[in-house]
Amino acid sequence: MSAYNFAFLDEHTKRMIRRAILKAVAVPGYQVPFGSREMPLSYGWGTGGVQVTASVIGPDDVLKVIDQGADDTTNAVSIRKFFERTTGVPTTTRTDQATLIQSRHRIPETPLRAGQILVLQVPIPEPLRWLEPREAETRKMHALEEYGVMHVRLYEDITRHGRVAQTYEYPVLVNGRYMMRPSPIPKFDNPKLDMSPALLLFGAGREKRIYAVPPHTRVKSLDFEDHPFEVEHWDRPCALCGVRGVFLDEIIVDDKGGRMFACSDTDHCARRRPGGAPGPDGA
Amino acid sequence: MNEEAERPLLSVRGLAKRYGAQVACLDVGFDLWPGEVLGVVGESGSGKTTLLDCLSGRVAADGGRVEYATASGEVVDIRRLDEPRRRRLLRTEWGVVHQNPRDGLRMGVTAGANVGERLMALGARHYGGIRGEALAWLAQVEIAGDRVDDLPETFSGGMQQRLQIARNLVTRPRLVLMDEPTGGLDVSVQARLLDLLRGLVADLGLSAIVVTHDLAVTRLLAHRLLVMRSGEVVESGLTDQVLDDPQHPYSQLLVSSVLHP
Repeated sequence: MSAYNFAFLDEHTKRMIRRAILKAVAVPGYQVPFGSREMPLSYGWGTGGVQVTASVIGPDDVLKVIDQGADDTTNAVSIRKFFERTTGVPTTTRTDQATLIQSRHRIPETPLRAGQILVLQVPIPEPLRWLEPREAETRKMHALEEYGVMHVRLYEDITRHGRVAQTYEYPVLVNGRYMMRPSPIPKFDNPKLDMSPALLLFGAGREKRIYAVPPHTRVKSLDFEDHPFEVEHWDRPCALCGVRGVFLDEIIVDDKGGRMFACSDTDHCARRRPGGAPGPDGA
Repeated sequence: MNEEAERPLLSVRGLAKRYGAQVACLDVGFDLWPGEVLGVVGESGSGKTTLLDCLSGRVAADGGRVEYATASGEVVDIRRLDEPRRRRLLRTEWGVVHQNPRDGLRMGVTAGANVGERLMALGARHYGGIRGEALAWLAQVEIAGDRVDDLPETFSGGMQQRLQIARNLVTRPRLVLMDEPTGGLDVSVQARLLDLLRGLVADLGLSAIVVTHDLAVTRLLAHRLLVMRSGEVVESGLTDQVLDDPQHPYSQLLVSSVLHP
């Protein structure tokens, strides 16, 4: 551990990233460029999220790392170990006990509270990317609030599928101003962004952008008046803990077409089952 | 033409554009009155398209004034207008019909979305309403309603051009800039498109600037004509006057070059 600075990054880099974060918090939903560093993991594995976490983590923090809702998958385990080694802070799998949560693809089912920080890993921060290829033009569109083309996409979905088929990275308007891509969380989690008491930070390492949703900020998922925004529903409870109204993963259990639906959030699921929560790394 | 109009819709003075040493537009000036269709003719490379691009602000002109009287009665210089307002004007009060429909259409989305895009950009948020409006405009440009959910790629060239026109007219612009609207279409399709354009211009009271190298198009569509050569306007006047009694040697050459079957 002594071979590294606290949380791996040097203090100058942390200061630069903290400045970007402050700006992002001041202008909710605005993508702030920052000098993304090479990290000891490959792009697409959370380099942006790791840098944000490394810049805001302190010795008193309790860290939780989630990958696709689970605490025991490869990405979650290795990022948690990385921060255990480089900071020595305690880690947990319990959402309610963590002060800092880095996540990929999910917002925990347990409601976040004031004082917590959720860091989300973002592959592509630009919501207009597949509609407008020119970066100079998308920046101009953000500056001038020219977001009509986003609704063209929703219109197409309804025309072709009868409903908005976008199920993740569902575009949102933050604080009535900036269009934001809420990282690849399912649209099921979109309502949790709205008026969240916790600070939400988004880091994109390869694309070198940081953006934020400060606590108690309006976040509106785009929709049409006659096709209002809806989240996914399941007609069955979790096969493991029996809870309803949470995001379920479909798991194939044999080669005869057998499948079950279980909680995506492993911490939430485990604490509802007899025997209590498993320890870190699923032990 | 609207007799009550006291000032031109568009007033251009001394417009100039160079590409390095190459002169594209030199001291171009004209007035366009409400409800008027102005034809711009000349051979390839005479600066017609550059003129159009300078008017819409897509290309920054080197000098001159482009004064436009907005719907609210304000007179603005397009060249000095700040970018948000210029882009907004272009989306609401102006329309641009490109020579190649692929430049003016979103090829990856359906005809309905193409027509509805401007409405959504202006804040329309009712799917049924947008779709209804799109259907009405497709009918106006003689595209069958059952094609509303088809991609423009499945349309013929003439249909794509008509779709592009519908996409522009949906916000009821006051001024439409057209660059060779009939280019690349065969003659019978051209004739139908011209007929349609003439009807729309008359019904909606549109003002339009039509750039073309085809004198027959201007005869049918334009009230007045500018003849351009090497970036300069060499002759202007009423369409019939210029075509039947050309004064400038170049206009005479142009008119005498037309083949008559």
